[in-house]
Amino acid sequence: MSEMRFSGSGGQGVITCAIILAQAAVAEGKNAIQSQAYGPAARGGSSKAEVIISDDAIYHPHVEAPDFVLAMTQEAADKYWHDLKDDGILLLDENLVPNPPAFAKTIRIPITHIAVSDIGKALFANIVALGATVRITGAVSYDVVAKCVADRVPPATVESNMKALKAGYDAADALMK
Amino acid sequence: MERSFEKYFRQNRLPHMWCPGCGNGIVTKAVIMAIEKAGFSQDNTVIVSGIGCSSRASGYMDFDTLHTAHGRAIPFATGVKMANPDLNVIVLTGDGDCTAIGGNHFIHGCRRNVDLTVVLFNNNIYGMTGGQASPMTPTGKKATTAPYGAIDRPFDACKLAEAAGATYVARSTAFHVQHLADMIKGGLDSHGFSFIEAMCQCPTAFGRNNKMADPAKMMMALRDGVMMKAAWDKLPAEKQAERFPIGVLCQKEYIDYAKAYDTVIEKAGGRA
Amino acid sequence: MSKATLMQGNEAVALGAIEAGVRFFGGYPITPSTEIAEKMAELLPEVGGRFVQMEDEIASVGAVLGASLAGAKALTATSGPGFSLKQELIGYASEAEIPAVIVDVQRVGPATGQPTSPAQGDVMQARWGTHGDHPMIAISPWTVRECFDMGIEAVNLAERFRQPVILLMDEIVGHLRERVELPEKEDIVVYPRRKPKKTREEGYQPYAVGDDLVPDIADFGTGYRIHVTGLIHDETGFPSGSPAVTRKAIDRLHQKIMIAKDEVVKTESLLLDDAEYAVVAFGGTARTAYQAVLDARRKGVKIGMLRLRTIWPFAAEAVYEVARKVKGILVPELNYGQLVGEIERAAKGACPVELLAKYNAEIFTPAEIEEAIMAMVGGNK
Repeated sequence: MSEMRFSGSGGQGVITCAIILAQAAVAEGKNAIQSQAYGPAARGGSSKAEVIISDDAIYHPHVEAPDFVLAMTQEAADKYWHDLKDDGILLLDENLVPNPPAFAKTIRIPITHIAVSDIGKALFANIVALGATVRITGAVSYDVVAKCVADRVPPATVESNMKALKAGYDAADALMK
Repeated sequence: MERSFEKYFRQNRLPHMWCPGCGNGIVTKAVIMAIEKAGFSQDNTVIVSGIGCSSRASGYMDFDTLHTAHGRAIPFATGVKMANPDLNVIVLTGDGDCTAIGGNHFIHGCRRNVDLTVVLFNNNIYGMTGGQASPMTPTGKKATTAPYGAIDRPFDACKLAEAAGATYVARSTAFHVQHLADMIKGGLDSHGFSFIEAMCQCPTAFGRNNKMADPAKMMMALRDGVMMKAAWDKLPAEKQAERFPIGVLCQKEYIDYAKAYDTVIEKAGGRA
Repeated sequence: MSKATLMQGNEAVALGAIEAGVRFFGGYPITPSTEIAEKMAELLPEVGGRFVQMEDEIASVGAVLGASLAGAKALTATSGPGFSLKQELIGYASEAEIPAVIVDVQRVGPATGQPTSPAQGDVMQARWGTHGDHPMIAISPWTVRECFDMGIEAVNLAERFRQPVILLMDEIVGHLRERVELPEKEDIVVYPRRKPKKTREEGYQPYAVGDDLVPDIADFGTGYRIHVTGLIHDETGFPSGSPAVTRKAIDRLHQKIMIAKDEVVKTESLLLDDAEYAVVAFGGTARTAYQAVLDARRKGVKIGMLRLRTIWPFAAEAVYEVARKVKGILVPELNYGQLVGEIERAAKGACPVELLAKYNAEIFTPAEIEEAIMAMVGGNK
């Protein structure tokens, strides 16, 4: 069983990121569930999504002790890393989380910066994060995720999203070698 | 005397419950006259009413009839029409039912332009509960809940309907029976939200509290308190305030809600 | 690639309703039920149905009841304050015997409460929210697949009994996305709209009943010229002030469901065969409770779970059967304590019944429920 949490602020797309990951897991024949918690603001405010992937039935729908946490803001990082498993991994947006929590396995990637500089818009940050997550966790295969992204996003943006996914994957890959 | 209208009534539900001298029976008859003239089938016409004296009319009329909850006739009627746009749907309501508890439903029915014909029996009072003030009780008139005279300003339901988007708005009175029937018939003929205010007398709950207990005198007051719209239009403004115009007050073309929804079904690739 | 997809609970309800033949939705947006309205707005025109976003929650039920009388299977969905507003016409549907489904995706209350947070505080409102004596059917899903199934079941029950049916969901299941495989279309059973068995000439009366005590009320526009009212009425459908008619009418409303209770009331027994203790739970909370049961079993506690699929009418017999066999029942619910009273009453003192209440806008953790299980077991040693 793999427990994953995606956190940030409303508008960063962390819930979409989680949904696509869960879709990919289901497409691979695994069991998966996805839940979320969010405040009243559609933009800004806290946003959190969770995914549990398992070969068995999943009853309790929330993450108990995550194997992986993504934090896209300082506030989210401070709030959501504490219950990580000892061997879990914390992925941070390097620029948006200037003060990383004191956690052993922390990976910092300039996620939003990559989205802006490589793809052209900050709104691709969640797909960059998804690419990095796929590489870091190995929870689902890259190709299946890519297909799920392509199915979900508007047709005109498929190419940019594919680029974002790859950029995130490569950024993580470079750090993990 | 020809009594062809009788087939439109449920004879076994008569006599009606209204007080002697009440105007509701006259308005109900006018509705039937309009239905007969419009040629609506009894099997394809639904009468929807709310709660109050006037809303009891539905029970006497031999159609599919729906006596709903207080103020809710228009939402029920909207559901009926949208589920089966082939049905003719007529709403009978009172001044309290339509403009107080049902006020929001009323303006949104107008806004959507649902193809309904709404006849408001305006007797300026809550009759069934014994004479409380309604949003159409004239300022200064007495009611059991306004024993010193109402300080509220009354709604002009016709202006409200027009402003909210109704595509046919008319007014008449229980005194002007043939004219009233014609106004209702105009509503039945037009496609969209049609609203007809039928001013009528309530001698028991309104008249007695306001020194007008005689139904005949109340009807004469109805006669004298209104003027045909064409003549009323020529009055100076200060004289206009003394009388209500009767006749067709507003008539325009706009797609009715069920027809508009057909375009949604078409866009979605569905079949109606 | 498998046939399974990731689907949200609210979305599954909408899909189920469409499969059950729902062709009208009147609604008003409110979190956390809004996705149901959004999905219906998309799906209904595709099947020739109609969707109206009404001006308020009361109007939504009004339109649904009007549409139902005109022959369309109809549904609305709401949450929190919206459920309070809908109560007026839920009572109308009960009295006038109009099939309708009201989905309530529960959130934290009272008042505006915590709009996006989970709770199960509408248990009693679902039963007693509208005034006067009336029967109620409320069913509650715990998985996304069951949201689909109960979307169908709620419509079927409404049509079968000509009765408002509450699909009592919670935010946990409504917003949960989960792997789901939907049934084949040919495996779906749909209860058709009841039709009159007599013509007008044969003396048809809209509220006359046969053995099942459910009237076959003609749809509007089919030539029967019926009268429908929220006033107490006799078989003709017309109001009556008679005490005898009043009593008979209210008796029949209740009896039509009570004589078919086995058809309506459903529970699921999980690991109860050898159980010495039991958890009774429903909806999203049952998921966490079952995890806790599995965890406690791993530690040697013989415990099982009775899951209430039907909340109303209450599964008193099933609860009593469990109470007779076990040494204690734990009732975790996301409220101050609502269902527990019914469970105590049903247990008739056969075993202790303990409440585990949570009402802080968070769901239970398995550890919290397991701890309460251990305390119950420990207290009996």
